[in-house]
Amino acid sequence: MQNYHQFDIIVVGAGGAGLMAGLYASRKASTAVISKLYPTRSHTGAAQGGVGAALGNLEEDHPEWHTFDTVKGSDYLGDQDAIEFMCNEAVQTVYELEHMGLPFSRTADGRIAQRPFGGHTNNITGKPVLRACYSADRTGHMILQTLYQQCLKNKVTFYDEFHVIDLLLMNGTAAGVIALEMATGELHVFHAKAVIFATGGHGRIWEVTSNAYAYTGDGVAVTLRRGIPAEDMEFFQFHPTGIYKLGILITEGVRGEGGVLINNEGERFMERYAPTVKDLASRDVVSRAMYLEMRDGRGINGKRYMYLDMRPEVVNKYAAADGRKRPDGSPYIVTGEELLSKLPDIIDFARTYLGVDPVSQPMPVQPTAHYAMGGIPTDMYGQVVIDEHNTVLPGLYAAGECACVSVHGANRLGTNSLLDILVFGKYSGLKAVEYIESADLLKLPNDSSDFARQQLEEIRNSKGDENAFDIANEMKSVMNDHVGVFRTDAGMQQAVDKIRELRDRFKKIKLGDRGKTFNTELLSAWELGNLLELSEVTAIAALERKESRGAHAREDYPKRDDKNWLKHSLAWMEDGRIVLKYKPAVITQYQPKERVY
Amino acid sequence: MKVTLKVFRYNPETDKKPHYEKYKLDAVPTDRVLDLLEYVKGYHDGTLSFRRSCAHGVCGSDAMRINGVNRLACKVLVQNVGNKITVEPVLGLAVIKDLIVDMEPFFNNYKLVTPYLINDEPPPKRERTQSEEEHLRFDDTTKCILCACCTTSCPSYWVSGDYLGPAAIVAAHRFIFDSRDRAGAERLRILNDAMGVYRCHTIFNCTDACPREIQVTRAIGEVKNAIATGKID
Repeated sequence: MQNYHQFDIIVVGAGGAGLMAGLYASRKASTAVISKLYPTRSHTGAAQGGVGAALGNLEEDHPEWHTFDTVKGSDYLGDQDAIEFMCNEAVQTVYELEHMGLPFSRTADGRIAQRPFGGHTNNITGKPVLRACYSADRTGHMILQTLYQQCLKNKVTFYDEFHVIDLLLMNGTAAGVIALEMATGELHVFHAKAVIFATGGHGRIWEVTSNAYAYTGDGVAVTLRRGIPAEDMEFFQFHPTGIYKLGILITEGVRGEGGVLINNEGERFMERYAPTVKDLASRDVVSRAMYLEMRDGRGINGKRYMYLDMRPEVVNKYAAADGRKRPDGSPYIVTGEELLSKLPDIIDFARTYLGVDPVSQPMPVQPTAHYAMGGIPTDMYGQVVIDEHNTVLPGLYAAGECACVSVHGANRLGTNSLLDILVFGKYSGLKAVEYIESADLLKLPNDSSDFARQQLEEIRNSKGDENAFDIANEMKSVMNDHVGVFRTDAGMQQAVDKIRELRDRFKKIKLGDRGKTFNTELLSAWELGNLLELSEVTAIAALERKESRGAHAREDYPKRDDKNWLKHSLAWMEDGRIVLKYKPAVITQYQPKERVY
Repeated sequence: MKVTLKVFRYNPETDKKPHYEKYKLDAVPTDRVLDLLEYVKGYHDGTLSFRRSCAHGVCGSDAMRINGVNRLACKVLVQNVGNKITVEPVLGLAVIKDLIVDMEPFFNNYKLVTPYLINDEPPPKRERTQSEEEHLRFDDTTKCILCACCTTSCPSYWVSGDYLGPAAIVAAHRFIFDSRDRAGAERLRILNDAMGVYRCHTIFNCTDACPREIQVTRAIGEVKNAIATGKID
């Protein structure tokens, strides 16, 4: 049969999680990795500052400290069993990547170099700890390249530029996916015993975002349409330092290397919000502080941005004030050359997009939509769980940003996303292999591609005159204004109403491209449908959560409420309506307490 | 400001041969060329097709010829190129539709140089150590994003697509000079070929085209030197 392919395991997505899953799965089972992008285009490659692991190469550190920091960073919503597992696995996983050839930056004695990052601390002193293992400021790029190279070495089968549109379930068990071959416009059936989703995030919902065009939440939207809930969608991270207006990420590593945030009065304002770790507080804390400063008129020139200052004289001044030392005990003093060698891409981005040389001028930055803590619910081995009782859906796995394990809870720590993709990519691959050894290949019906075809045909044959770009822009604008860093009941309700209006208008969009070859207009429109659905889920889950926790900060409910809200949300899409249920967060050793940095 | 964007157009389903379309657009000097293409796609002609993803120069999707030179559309601002901008697909790879070319030959050449670390010695429990000096020996070529700007700017590659091309040699360089790798000699054998490094005539187009500022011609020179001397250092 033409356009029919059969494998034991199908991996959807070829970023870090998908490649790691593909690598592990392909060692024991026939495996194909399907991606709408060439693998090396995946958004893992945009990650900059480092991957967290308590190697202790430069100073004392322990996986237990990493675990606690992650629990605290999550505002106690992260599942502590999974967090402990991830932080313990971190150390061997980073060594494994090094053995695969990842070119880490090095310490003076030739070990993997490590830098401080937000929320990662020495648990005794509370001060920042050197935990982020890095490769200059392109750690994600090096992870993506290294994993792709290893997949080539291990002869993993790739289907590049195949866009997955639907998941096939038979009797509540995964049986494959339907994908559109972008070059021909043909639908293909990928029949398999197990399917692993690793499709990344959905930050394109917001106007100012660090996320790639490809980050349209395909995996979460596809599974929602197949009756699988999405977990904790109200929690979306706004990274403090995006390039003003463009949203392009400026790594937290800049602050790790000593850079500071400055307001219009020339003040290093984070001292007031996080007296111990200051600029290296968790991202939710820093983004909120920036908003409060701007609200009170202390944005630069009264505008909606702050300065991120990494000029050597400024770094050295504040390092001296903090008493910061190098691991050998000498005072922390940097030169422009050292910053250039450690942060070359940041300097390039600032020069290219801002016309600013950050060694001699501060960079204008604002919070930028960055990372989905929520997604497809899984257990700590990547198995998708589909209700409040954690019932496993046989044969279906999810890993990386599209998944919600949950290790990030209400707020992810920097460096833990790269760690997440590696650890849970690996374990979903291993678990899928274990599963397929005793699972049957389920018979597919003849019409298995009908639902995918129907979705695309509805868009292609739409008769209205709505413009997809207008709808996208209105979605991004309302979500930025009302489901962003700070939220209110009235604002979120406005967002919900607007998104519903946009979903109606979306049914009447007008396409110009009727062709089959690389019809990127059709696929972009389908992606917009995903973003609209996830916007609605996000806004409704946020509206319902009547407390402030991590990245979900409400002006009308400013306090965390553990009595009523120490629980994960699960959202189902039922006949176009969203239904919410909840399941408890897993607490093992750390009881919730007040979160101060 | 007003910008005239002239775009190479070819739709295999409707066009016998390529043509150019001109779009008159309002832009600000800091708009990316990619932003202009997106605007055209959204409001002038939805059939315009091109690849893009990260939109800030790290994923390598949107390599194209902009005013005659290979660039990433997301890394060129209007103020860099003025208000008359011509955008065409890269040369040397077959055009599929508009600005989209067939990348398969490019990736196939990449795969020929065994672009992965080869070292069968049992690894230590912790990391393999590597001095910062050893790391810096191949640091520059690790930056490659496989956008194909270099390879498709090379006149030798235009003449023969069998030439491995600068990007594949850069990938080989990244492993040949990595102190942890053990297959440098094998890679040098692959590159010591009429379709290997000797097709490079040091024209430097590749170095100029690289959006990651990799010293491509120098890397090729170092590989040539290693072949000539039989020494990797």
